[in-house]
Formats: sequence, structure tokens, C-alpha cells
Amino acid sequence: MRLNELSSKISQWFNPDAPLSDIVISSRIRLARNLAGHKFISRCNNEQKQEILQILKEAILSLGESAEGWVTPLGDIFFIDISQHSCLERDLLVERQLISRNLATGHGPRGAVIAKNELFAAQINEEDHLRLSVLAGGLNLEKCWQRINDIDDAIGKKATYAFSPRLGFLTACPTNLGTGIRVSVMLHLPGLKMTDQLKKLFESAKDMNLAVRGLFGEGTEAVGDFFQISNQVTLGINEEKTVADFETLIIPKIVEYERLARDKLLVKDVNILDDRVSRALALLKNAKLVSSHEALFLLSNLRMGINMGRVKEISINTINELFMLTQPAHLQINKGQNLDAEQRDILRAETLRAKLN
Amino acid sequence: MQCEICKIKAATVHLTEIVDGQRIESHLCQACAQKEGITIKSQLSLNELLSSLIAAHQQADERQTDAVEKSCPVCGMTLEMFRKNALLGCPKDYEIFDKSLQAIIEKAHNGNLMHKGKTPPGVPQQVVSDNIEKDKAETEEENKIASLKKQLDEAVRKEDYELAAKIRDQLKALQ
Repeated sequence: MRLNELSSKISQWFNPDAPLSDIVISSRIRLARNLAGHKFISRCNNEQKQEILQILKEAILSLGESAEGWVTPLGDIFFIDISQHSCLERDLLVERQLISRNLATGHGPRGAVIAKNELFAAQINEEDHLRLSVLAGGLNLEKCWQRINDIDDAIGKKATYAFSPRLGFLTACPTNLGTGIRVSVMLHLPGLKMTDQLKKLFESAKDMNLAVRGLFGEGTEAVGDFFQISNQVTLGINEEKTVADFETLIIPKIVEYERLARDKLLVKDVNILDDRVSRALALLKNAKLVSSHEALFLLSNLRMGINMGRVKEISINTINELFMLTQPAHLQINKGQNLDAEQRDILRAETLRAKLN
Repeated sequence: MQCEICKIKAATVHLTEIVDGQRIESHLCQACAQKEGITIKSQLSLNELLSSLIAAHQQADERQTDAVEKSCPVCGMTLEMFRKNALLGCPKDYEIFDKSLQAIIEKAHNGNLMHKGKTPPGVPQQVVSDNIEKDKAETEEENKIASLKKQLDEAVRKEDYELAAKIRDQLKALQ
């Protein structure tokens, strides 16, 4: 599979028909695992990294071949040797959330096994030997857990994980110890932002040991009001319960607050809301230079307008597609050449105008 | 009541000591009490005694913790290296630096120190159930200690030193 087959289409998890997808963009579960009898990555030389890469690559690829005993088959999977790809191609995988920035910019033998449908990714030789992720559109964590739990067990039968009865799965950083699980949900919360209630959300998240970070942009200053909420505690918890808490308590509550905030805007500040959405649309339809930062900001406002029924002529799918395809590596790979910042801004503006007019 | 030492002045300092469960009472005048090295403040020494007990306990703990220069025989990791980038070198480090890592692990995981999730294929889920049982037992013990400490404070406040000494002995046995 060639990477540019990915770059022209939208990720499957960016799906407007998924549950609660007007607010919950996607669900993701990640498991951190290491092989017993091998050093953690930071103490490995290239030869040792190569050995780990080989063991895990074979163990995971063999799962694709045999559907034996599979409740949830992986489907078509392929291996990507990260060190053999250009920076641009690595960035593409980061933008599609298949690999981390850490893996893209790392050193030595490392790779990823990715499902063609982009709902599964295994990163090899990132911070831990293995980082498994399963994604789904909207709020769909229970399904993610079933899938990743199956995959984890299947790999665990082929390779021996470092595990201690007392401390659980042993990870390079003690913050991932125990279950090695990170449950995270990507949310679009423009209503809470406009009604100035994000601080409240951050505080209550902190009380519940949850991490909130802006999905794009730095720290909590999220560009485009996209936030990722995830668990911080991994030791002494039970995976099923953590997943169920997210799916049935935490996320529905945040969704409820976001809906209340949106209702409030419609009643009290409808002019401000409409102005913001219309300005976003006008700029996106006419601007000649659009930075990735500005595109995120404007598309976020437009997305809110569509989801709140203020804009009817544009579909959410178009917006989701633009979020994806106007990212720097996507623009360049689809154009087939490296572009400097100004050239990208021109191309981004063209792409936006073409889709929205 | 006369002072038990000089047998002249009136006894104003009443001391109750409990040593190995034996109750010893002394009644002294101010001057003789001072000569004996007993000050009025010493009536409250039980709290001090307890805090010195805890301090001694902590010192012992520190002696037990891994020396900074200790390194892992598998990966060569030292605590100093770990402190720099927060990444361990191999699974063995969790055994080698067990004591030093405990506080970090406890802090990162909201006080949790034991795995309660899934096990890999080939490791029976029972080991995790055992953790849950063990953790429960430890929590119960912690609760018991906390409750005894509270009772101790209460006994000291009410100046019931006989009871306080009993509680102190119970605490000693538990800790």
C-alpha cells in the first residue's frame, strides 16, 4: 500500500454518522506493551531495536493472515518502515493520527502496522516496544475496547509481554504502568468556549484525574476548540470499568454541558453566533491565503454553525474532509511536491474555495 | 501530698509513667522534679515520643531505599539517569529501584500501587484477584492505624495516659 493512497481521502473515524458525532469526533484506546527479556527503547542500540521490530512486526502481521478464532478481524493490514520514509510521509501519518510525533521524529529501527481502514495502528519502538491503538468515529469506546483487547491477547500469545503480578504491564515510563491503557476522546466544544465555561470543565476534569489537552495547537490553548480528554491513572484501575465510565458517565455529561451551552447561545446570543459563523464562511469562501491555524479556527466555527442548524447548504462531511486535507503534509503529498509556507497557504485557500463555493 | 524525694514540700508534679505495661506513679515538688530532669512540659511528652518514633521509622525507611549510585545489572540504569528523562531502562528496574519508584508510582496513580486490570495470556487472572484482596487488607490496616492514632490523640487530650500507652503499644505492633 502506498501512503498517497491515504492522503486523498478522509479517515474512517472522521464519520458524521457515528454516535454523538456533532460533539464527539472520535474515540481511541491505546495500550502500552513491552517484550519480556528486552531492554526498554531508551537503552537499546539499533541492533536490539531491529530485533524487537522484527519480533513484533511478524507477530502482528501474522494476525492479518489468519482469521482463526477472531471475533473482530483486523482486516487488511500493512507494515510501514518509518525510517525508510520521507519527513513528509511521516508527517502525513501523524496528521492522520496513525503514529505519534515521537515515532515520526525518533531514531533507529522503528515502524508501524496499520489497518487499511485506519481504525487500527500498532507503533513499534516508540517510547515502549509496542503501542497499540484502536479508533472509532463518535463515542464508541466499548467497541474499541473489545477490539483492542482481542488484538492484545492475540499478540500476547505470540510474544511474551513484560508483566509483573503486582505492577501489571511494565512500561518505560512509570506513568503508564499497570494496564498501560489510555482511553481518549476527541471533542469539539465551541459552545463551552463561547459561553466561557471551559475553565470549569478543566477544573472538574483535574478533580477526576483526567487530562484535557487541545488537539491542535499548544497546551490548553486549543485552536478550533478541539479537545482530547483522557485518563491519567493507569495502575490500580480496571480497563472495563474505566472504559464504561468514559462511555456512560464522563463523556455524556460533557456532551450534555456542550448542548446546554449551545442552546443558551441560540436563545441569548444568536446574533453573535450567526455573525461568527457567517464571517467564517465568508473568509473560507474568499480568502487567498489561509494558514493552517486560521483554517482550523474558521472551520471550527463553521462546523458549529452547521451542527446548530445555522448553515444548511454545507454538509458536515465536507467540513471534516477539509479539516483533514488542508493539513500541511496532506496538501503537499496531494500536490506531489514540497511547498513552502506561503505556497501552502495559497493551496489551502484554493482547496477551501473549491470545496465551499 | 508531700514530695516523695525531699519529703518537705508539697508535691505539685504528678507523673504517671507506663513502662512495659507497668504503671509507675511519682509525686514530686517543683524543685525536685526539675532536679530529676522532669519539666511540666514533659507531661505532654507522649506526642513527642510518638513523633520521634515516626522519625526513627522514616530514617529506617531511608536507609532501606536504594542508594543513588546503585545501577541495574541488566541495563546499567541508575536513579540519577531516571531522574533526568523519566524513562526506565528495562523491566528489571522496577525490582532494582522498587523502593525509590514507589513514591513516584503512588503519586502518578492516585495512590494506587497494585495492578487490578487484565493479565497477558498464560498469566492467570487470579494474580490480580490476589492483588485486590491484598490491597483491601492493607487498606483495612491503614484504616485501623488511622483510627488508633485518632484514639491516641483523644486519650492524650483527656490525659488518660494509661489508655494512651496501650494504644501506643498497639500502634507500635502494627507499624
